[in-house]
Amino acid sequence: MLRDITIGQYYPADSVIHKLDPRTKLMATLIYILSLFVFRNVAGFAVVTLALASIILLSKVPFGFMVKGLKAIVIILIITALFNLFLTPGNALVSFWKLKITKEGLKNAAFMSVRLIYLILGSSVLTLTTTPNQLTDGMEKALKPFNKIHVPVHEIAMMMSIALRFIPILIEETDKIMKAQLARGADFESGNLVKKAKAMVPLLVPLFISAFRRANDLALAMEARCYHGGEGRTKMKPLKYRGVDGIAYLVIFAYFAAVVSLRIWM
Amino acid sequence: MNFIEARKLVHEFIRRDEEDNVESILVALDGVDLDVRQGEFVAILGHNGSGKSTLAKHLNVLLTPESGTLWVDGKDAQDADNLWDIRQNTGMVFQNPDNQIIASVVEEDVAFGPENIGVPTQEIWKRVEKSLKSVGMIQYREHSPNRLSGGQKQRVAIAGVMAMEPKCIVLDEPTAMLDPNGRKEVLDAVEQLNREKGVTVILITHYMEEVTRADRIYVMDNGKVVMQGTPRAIFSQVETLKSYRLDVPQITLLAYELKKAGLPVPDGILNRQELVEALCQLY
Repeated sequence: MLRDITIGQYYPADSVIHKLDPRTKLMATLIYILSLFVFRNVAGFAVVTLALASIILLSKVPFGFMVKGLKAIVIILIITALFNLFLTPGNALVSFWKLKITKEGLKNAAFMSVRLIYLILGSSVLTLTTTPNQLTDGMEKALKPFNKIHVPVHEIAMMMSIALRFIPILIEETDKIMKAQLARGADFESGNLVKKAKAMVPLLVPLFISAFRRANDLALAMEARCYHGGEGRTKMKPLKYRGVDGIAYLVIFAYFAAVVSLRIWM
Repeated sequence: MNFIEARKLVHEFIRRDEEDNVESILVALDGVDLDVRQGEFVAILGHNGSGKSTLAKHLNVLLTPESGTLWVDGKDAQDADNLWDIRQNTGMVFQNPDNQIIASVVEEDVAFGPENIGVPTQEIWKRVEKSLKSVGMIQYREHSPNRLSGGQKQRVAIAGVMAMEPKCIVLDEPTAMLDPNGRKEVLDAVEQLNREKGVTVILITHYMEEVTRADRIYVMDNGKVVMQGTPRAIFSQVETLKSYRLDVPQITLLAYELKKAGLPVPDGILNRQELVEALCQLY
């Protein structure tokens, strides 16, 4: 049923990674992504692979689940690999017609593909082990310093969590409007792309109107419950760092130092 | 002093065109007087467009009157300094259950109000538990609101208001979008809060059956209060109610028709029990 869709792709499990503070995980993901673009030899590659493999094992999320995320980037992956393979100048290994494969190209293509795959796998560990609510909470707290330069951090986080709450409601509503239009002879299926897009207009207009009405109602309800921005607000479930987060930070920084030093000295 | 005292409230909705000229003025409230004592259960009845929702929004200072005075819990509603006090003391429940639930977990939604008024974390947990229990929804605390029924969602909304520990709850047509079961669930919860916790309840509705439990009823039409009194006194005036496009409860209507047909039945019968007793005494 439409009501049952999950936003994001949280995979509930009882693991160390699941229990980490979302801020720790956000930071770790950021450093991990950086590290992907730092390594450039086999030793660095080995460290990154080891780190990724142990994190995946620790998270207790089945590997098959993570690989699903890769489907979305297959095309980008192939294009990147081909471009790197054929367009990198250097010593030709094989050449035919106007194309040549160089030694450097081969290396670049391999590293670039690995980087992309690791990027998706690594960041999906974050979304698989953290609920959307924890993510927005973590982001709100981690980005708090930006409040000083007038970035409305609390408001952005609030909007994100409200959006998450309303996605299933709006999907259900779309479904309802669609059925109502179908019952009166609307056709969403046949015709080419342009025709299909045009058929969506009578669907979008009522959907937008109702979304605005809901937004208005919600704003009233929030005001009635004394909402007045982030100032002076307390939390039912405040984020708190625990011992395991400290260890995680140490591990992350040690890992990053290892990757950087391998690049410098090897 | 009464908990709520309104004198000659006037509110106008002014529609303007692009050049800021007044196109039309709709007088939603036209000199409304309202008195509600602490701990009372008051119902406000009215047809669509009678101004009852506008009145409700004034009680929570979501709207402010054009003229007239409004005192809530001894505080002047027109003084901006009292705004948050009043909103905390008179909670509000709206019609559409989906559009007033903010969080994606029941207990987090109930915590939204207390979080806003800066209640410490441990106290929030206590309040959430207490108010979810008071509406009988404690077993759903970790559920997603999307999977609850309409009546359950509305009870969560009431719990969300109760968690702010208000002295009064204003319910603006809370049952209009619910099925009969959900309607009963919500009304039972509201009545229980009123009787057991002494919370002042102001129920705004156009369902007659719901207001028979109230202590007093106000009837509104065209922005004015046209009738007020106990349910019995109001429902004995069947013809007047009909002239305001309101239906009396079926059982009251039956008693009224019986009386018109010549049976000596008393005025203002409110439920089946009373009618049975009245009829039994005849023979």
